[in-house]
Amino acid sequence: MEIYTLLREFADSWMLLFLFSFFTLVVVWVFRPGSSKTYEDTASIPFRHVDAPAPQGDEAAAAASKEART
Amino acid sequence: MAIVLMQINAFTAHVLQLKLRIYGFHAAKRIAGDMVKGRNMSNYIKLIALGLVTLFAMIATNYARDLAYQVHAIIVMLVAGGLFLYTLRQTGEAQVATGSLQNEYFDSVVRAGVVATAFWGVVGFLVGTFIAFQLAFPALNFEWAQGFANFGRLRPLHTSAVIFAFGGNALIATSFYVVQRTSAARLWGGNLAWFVFWGYQLFIVLAATGYLLGGTQSKEYAEPEWHVDLWLTIVWVAYLAVFLGTVIKRKEPHIYVANWFCLAFIVTVAMLHLVNNMTIPVSIWGSKSVIVWSGVQDAMVQWWYGHNAVGFFLTAGFLGMMYYFVPKQAERPVFSYKLSIIHFWALIFLYIWAGPHHLHYTALPDWASTLGMVFSIVLWMPSWGGMINGLMTLSGAWDKLRTDPVIRMMVISIGFYGMSTFEGPMMSIRAVNSLSHYTDWTIGHVHSGALGWNGMITFGALYFLVPVLWKRERLYSLSLVSWHFWLATIGIILYAASMWVTGIMEGLMWREVDANGFLVNSFADTVAAKKPMNIVRGLGGVMFLSGAIIMCYSRWMTVRKAPAKESSLTVVVPAE
Repeated sequence: MEIYTLLREFADSWMLLFLFSFFTLVVVWVFRPGSSKTYEDTASIPFRHVDAPAPQGDEAAAAASKEART
Repeated sequence: MAIVLMQINAFTAHVLQLKLRIYGFHAAKRIAGDMVKGRNMSNYIKLIALGLVTLFAMIATNYARDLAYQVHAIIVMLVAGGLFLYTLRQTGEAQVATGSLQNEYFDSVVRAGVVATAFWGVVGFLVGTFIAFQLAFPALNFEWAQGFANFGRLRPLHTSAVIFAFGGNALIATSFYVVQRTSAARLWGGNLAWFVFWGYQLFIVLAATGYLLGGTQSKEYAEPEWHVDLWLTIVWVAYLAVFLGTVIKRKEPHIYVANWFCLAFIVTVAMLHLVNNMTIPVSIWGSKSVIVWSGVQDAMVQWWYGHNAVGFFLTAGFLGMMYYFVPKQAERPVFSYKLSIIHFWALIFLYIWAGPHHLHYTALPDWASTLGMVFSIVLWMPSWGGMINGLMTLSGAWDKLRTDPVIRMMVISIGFYGMSTFEGPMMSIRAVNSLSHYTDWTIGHVHSGALGWNGMITFGALYFLVPVLWKRERLYSLSLVSWHFWLATIGIILYAASMWVTGIMEGLMWREVDANGFLVNSFADTVAAKKPMNIVRGLGGVMFLSGAIIMCYSRWMTVRKAPAKESSLTVVVPAE
């Protein structure tokens, strides 16, 4: 089989299926139970750490990510 | 000519000797301290590299086969030579130990980017307004400037100046600002961010001078020749490294959606740039190169590039801007974070296929142009999903539209986004395209997207950023912002409306046949009929340009005379 035909067949069968199911799974994943709470936190990221980065170091980082979640 | 070149060669040798002597002197002085060794080591590598580049540029100036290449070689020689001397002066000096900068954001590069955005914006709008009048009054293609400043040479200068210089600088500056805030981390890579900024300015200068001197590979939005493309590739990889490095070392557990869009923009533009510029130079001393794709494949690759430059440069990147600055200015989180995730994946999955709609009724197979058309129409949904998400962020805060001209600017930009993402899919339908293609309707569509969406969201982001970056309490004057807003909006409306009229008229005139099947109008007839609309378009450009100049003035005054008389807009959000 010609490489063009091979790629073309692959593109409009398995690859199409893969991309479409990937997208469907993303949509399902977005609406998973409990996601609203997570996204509420994520959506408020722009309102934190406006003037300075989170504190450095491992302990501080842990504290920061904890603080970031509250 | 030969004498000049010989002199340049002699000069090269002389400069090199001089450099070696200074170099030796500094090497001796270096023994002084161990502390500076590491720093010096990297300086020596830099010196060797810069010296080699300077030398190569000198040789290239000598052997250059065309003017554009020669001028570029001189520019590179001056830049690399200047950096060589600068680095030399730093070498061997004891460095003052800098304290940890990790506790503060790297904002100086963002400030520089904000200034560069405004500067290139005014340059790009000015050139655009001038060429608009060149179309209305051909006498403006001055005889003495033929071959340098006629429409054909200035047009790519305008498109690249507004898209890559204005838009690109805005994207780099805002993405550096946003990724730091949303990752709660300083930019990765230290001065690499400065390299990205200055490297990108050098790219702009090389591209712009190249167009005026005829160094173009005639691919729309990808005009720079191979040597400039190589430089952009290096800068872009550094940009990706800085951005990704910052995302990786983030202190927030999640990657905020604006960063997703920015990352998609950076990665995809890198891919597009590489594939569309797969060229083999005819000579290493000349700007001409030959692309490896041929015929319709080349056309398809070009429009795959061209449309995704719109999709990922002008859409994904600016959506990243929208998802950060609209919530900030409205002081409330984005309307639906779930929708933003679906928006992201739908947009990037669909946009990449839409390119073939630029090639209806060409040698491209029908199935390919139908595919492009279908994907363009499906793309309408994620585009409007994003528009709704942006607009609804204001729900419960609509009153701000009355009091805050900055948010008004952002809202109208989202409005124009919605309008042009409806117009675009419609124009991609084959039947509509047969009327609209090659007419000014396309130009109008592009400008309602570029001026309305990209321009306005950038202005909004800049008005947000200036007081924050320069630590001012608020903007100098809100009424100046209002002036800018109305001038720009009315300018865009004049532009888009005149181009709709003239575009549809043109399309209808071109296809008009008499009872015997002969074409009624010659091309020159359509050109003559377009004159009034061309003038209106130019006036729209004048208004948009004056709005931008007002913006520059108001920003200058914000920095100079910060807490001025007017009140109410406090954009600095208190720290936690």
